[in-house]
Amino acid sequence: MRKRILLLASLVAALAAIGAFASAQHAAARVVASVASCPTVKAGQLTIGTDNPAYPPWYAGGTHGSKWKINDPSTGKGYESAVAYAIAAKLGYARTKVSWTYVPFNKAFAPGSKSFDFDINQISYTPARAKVVTFSKSYYDVNQAIVVNKGTKIASVRSIAGLRSYKLGAQLGTTSYQFIKSRIKPSQTPSVPSSNAAAVLLLKNKQIDGLVVDLPTAFYVTAAQVPNSKILGQFENTAGQTTDHFGVVLQKGNPLAACVNKAITTLRANGTLKKLQQTWLAKATGAPILK
Amino acid sequence: MAGESDRRADLEVDRARGSRLVSSLRSGGDSRRSVAIALLSTVVFFVAVGVAITHAPGWPEVRSQFFDWGEFKATFPEVARAFLLNVKIFSIAEVLILAFALFLAVLRSLPGPVFFPLRMLAIVYADLFRGIPTILVIAMLGFGAPALGLSYIPKSVTFWGIVSLVLIYSAYVSEVYRAGIESIHPSQEAAARSLGLSHGQTLRRVILPQAVRRVIPPLLNDFIGLQKDTALVGTLGAIEAFQQSQIDTNATFNFTAYLSAAVLFVAITIPLARFTDWLILRDRRRRVAGGTA
Amino acid sequence: MSALTVERLTKSFGKHVVLRGVDLEVAEHEVIALIGASGSGKSTLLRCINLLEAIDDGRIFLGDREITGARDVNAVRRRIGIVFQSFNLFPHMNVMRNVTLAPRDVLGLSKPEAETRAVDLLERFGLADKRLEFPDRLSGGQQQRVAIVRALAMRPELMLFDEVTSALDPELVAEVLQVIGELAEGGMTMVLATHEMSFARDIANRVCFLDEGRILEVGTPEEIFTRPREARTQQFLERIIKARRL
Repeated sequence: MRKRILLLASLVAALAAIGAFASAQHAAARVVASVASCPTVKAGQLTIGTDNPAYPPWYAGGTHGSKWKINDPSTGKGYESAVAYAIAAKLGYARTKVSWTYVPFNKAFAPGSKSFDFDINQISYTPARAKVVTFSKSYYDVNQAIVVNKGTKIASVRSIAGLRSYKLGAQLGTTSYQFIKSRIKPSQTPSVPSSNAAAVLLLKNKQIDGLVVDLPTAFYVTAAQVPNSKILGQFENTAGQTTDHFGVVLQKGNPLAACVNKAITTLRANGTLKKLQQTWLAKATGAPILK
Repeated sequence: MAGESDRRADLEVDRARGSRLVSSLRSGGDSRRSVAIALLSTVVFFVAVGVAITHAPGWPEVRSQFFDWGEFKATFPEVARAFLLNVKIFSIAEVLILAFALFLAVLRSLPGPVFFPLRMLAIVYADLFRGIPTILVIAMLGFGAPALGLSYIPKSVTFWGIVSLVLIYSAYVSEVYRAGIESIHPSQEAAARSLGLSHGQTLRRVILPQAVRRVIPPLLNDFIGLQKDTALVGTLGAIEAFQQSQIDTNATFNFTAYLSAAVLFVAITIPLARFTDWLILRDRRRRVAGGTA
Repeated sequence: MSALTVERLTKSFGKHVVLRGVDLEVAEHEVIALIGASGSGKSTLLRCINLLEAIDDGRIFLGDREITGARDVNAVRRRIGIVFQSFNLFPHMNVMRNVTLAPRDVLGLSKPEAETRAVDLLERFGLADKRLEFPDRLSGGQQQRVAIVRALAMRPELMLFDEVTSALDPELVAEVLQVIGELAEGGMTMVLATHEMSFARDIANRVCFLDEGRILEVGTPEEIFTRPREARTQQFLERIIKARRL
C-alpha cells in the first residue's frame, strides 16, 4: 500500500514539474521577440527563402553544381531575385550579407518560428492566408493566363465561356486553381497536380487541354517547357476584386514586415519595380485578353 | 477430438487448481485495488501529456492551424466528396488485386521443371514491384504511358493510378497468399492427390479455401495500406481527399483540412477491421481438423 | 493376375536409402499386413505404391498394367485408395462434402449420384447421422472412419492403410478395426501397415515383416507370429510382446 501511495505521489510531482517547465518556456519566448525594430533570424544577415527548383522568369542564371536546380537565386538575375536584392539593399544589407535558404511551399506557412526572414516565391495574397502569415505589400500584380497545345480544339476558343467544356489544370497551391473554380467554372473536374513539373507533363501529354498559370510563368512554359504550345490568352483581374498580387511572406507579427513594406513602397515610387519588370517580365504583356 | 478430449479435461483440472491457488493468495479487495491503481495511473499519465502539450509555447498557434473547428466544418464536405474518388479507386483496385495476386501465387506454386519459366516470372515480378516505391510507379505510368502518344492508351490519371496500385499491391498480396498456401500442412495435399484430384483441383478445392481463410488478417492489412496509398494518385492531379485537403490547406494556410481527410480514412478502417475480426471468428472452427499436424 | 505387383522397389531420400529392392505380390481379395519397426519403410512403401513418392528403381503393376512412371498419375490414384495415420479430412468441408468431392470432381458423378453413394457408405459404417458435421466435431475414431469412407467412395481396386489406428485413443481403435475387418470380409484387396498385431493376425492372409527397407520374412500370420524364422523377426516380436501389445 505504501508503495502505491509513493507511486501516485511521484506521478503528481511529475505533472507539477511539467506544468512549471511549460510556463517557463512560454515566458522565455515572449522575451526574444522584442529585440531590434528590423530584426532578422540571424544577426547581421538577411535570410531569404524560396522553393527549389527556382523557375524563370522569377530567377535566372544557374550555377553549375549548385543545389539549386534550374536557377540559383543568389545570381540576382530573374525578377524575384532582383526584387529580393533590391529590398535587401533598402534594408541595409549588401549582396554579401544576403543568404538564400530552401523553403518548400508548405513550409512557408507551417506553424512555428520560421527559418527565414521573408519568403519570396510567387505566393499570392489571400485574406485567409493573411490570418496565418504576414504578407508584404504587392511586388507584382498578377494576371492569370492559359496555355494550350497548338492545333488542338481548345486553341480556337476566344472566350471564357468557351473554355468550360474542356479539361483544365492548375498547379496545387496556386490561385490559378481558385481562378478556374470561381471564374471559369468548367464542367469537368479540373486536374490539380502537386508540382509544376507534373502540370507541364499533363499538358504535354494532352492529359489536360489547358493549363492555367500566372502570365509570366505562362511565358516560361511556352518558351521552354512544352514545345508547340501557346498562350491562348490572359485574364483580367475583375473590377471590385482585390487585385491578385504577389507579396513576400513573413512570420505573423514579424516587425520586419514594416521595414520590408517601406522598402517596397520606395522601390515602387522610384520606378525600380517597373524597371525590373521591364527587364525580366517584358514579354508578359502581349497575350490577348479573354473575357 | 480423440485424445484431445482427455488432454483438455486434464488442462481444465490444472487450470482450476491453479486459479484456486492464485485467488487464495489475493483477496477480492486486493485485485480491485490493483485495477483502480492501474486505471488511475493511466489517466494521470495522459493528463500529464495533455497538460505538457497544451502549455507548450507554440500550442495556441498549432491548435488554430491544425485543429480549428470552423475550418474543419468548412473543409469537410468538399474533402468528403473528393474522398469518393479514393473509395472508387481502392474498391476497383482491391478486387483486381485479390484476383491477380492469386493468379501470381498459383503460378509460383506450379510444380515441375516444365513450369520453371513461369515460376521465375512470378518471382521477378514480385521482387520488382515490391522494390520500386509506389509513387515512382504511379508517376512513371501516369505520365509515361500517355506520353507514348498511342491513341488507344487511356490518358486518365485515375486509370493509370488504379493500374499502378494493382501492379504493386498484387506483388505484396501474392506473397501473403503464398505464405497461406505454404502453411497448409502437406498432408492435405497428399490426401487430395491420393483421391485422384489433379494439382489444379487440389489447389482450388482443398488448399486455397483453407489458405485464403488463414491469411485474412494480413490481407486486410494490405487493403488498409492500399486505401491510404490511393492518396498518391493525387500527385498526378486527380482530386482525391488528400489532394483536396492540400488545395484547402494551400488556400488558407490552415492545416485542419488534413484532419478532415484523416477522419475519413480512419472512418472506413474501423468497420473493416471489425468485419475482419468477425470473419476470423466465424471461420475458426474450420481451420484445424483432428489429427493433422 | 495379381491385383498388385511390386518388383525390386528402391527408394532413397537424399543419401538415406529407405527401400532396398522390395518385392511383393498381392492377389485379388488378399489382405497383406506389413509389420516392422518405425523407419523400416512401411509408410514409404505404401506412398510409393500410390505414386505419392517417385521411386528410384523397380516397377509397380496394378493389375496387369505397369504404373511406374505413368503419365496420368491422377488416373492411377483413382484406382487406389489410401488412408493415413492422421486422418487428413478437409477441415473446411463437412463430412458429406469430404466424401463426395472426389467422386464429383474426378469421376464426374452428379451431385445426387455422389451423395447417394456417400450416404450408402456412411450408413454402412454407422456414420449417416454425422454427414453434415464438420471434422472438428467428430471424435478421432469417427474421423478415421470417414476417411475410410472417403477413400471407398472412389470404388478403388486396392486399399492401402498406413497405421490408421496409431494416432487414436485405445477405446476408439476398435470401431476402426471393425470397419477394416468388414471390408476384408467383403473381399477388398488390402495392404495394411499396422502395429495392431492381434488384428493383423485375425484378418491378414499374409504378413510381411519389413526390416531396414527389405521384406525380411513373409508368411501366414501363424507362421510369422508363432514360428518366425529370422532372428530379427523374433527380436521384433519379442519387443512387441514385452510391450504387451500381442
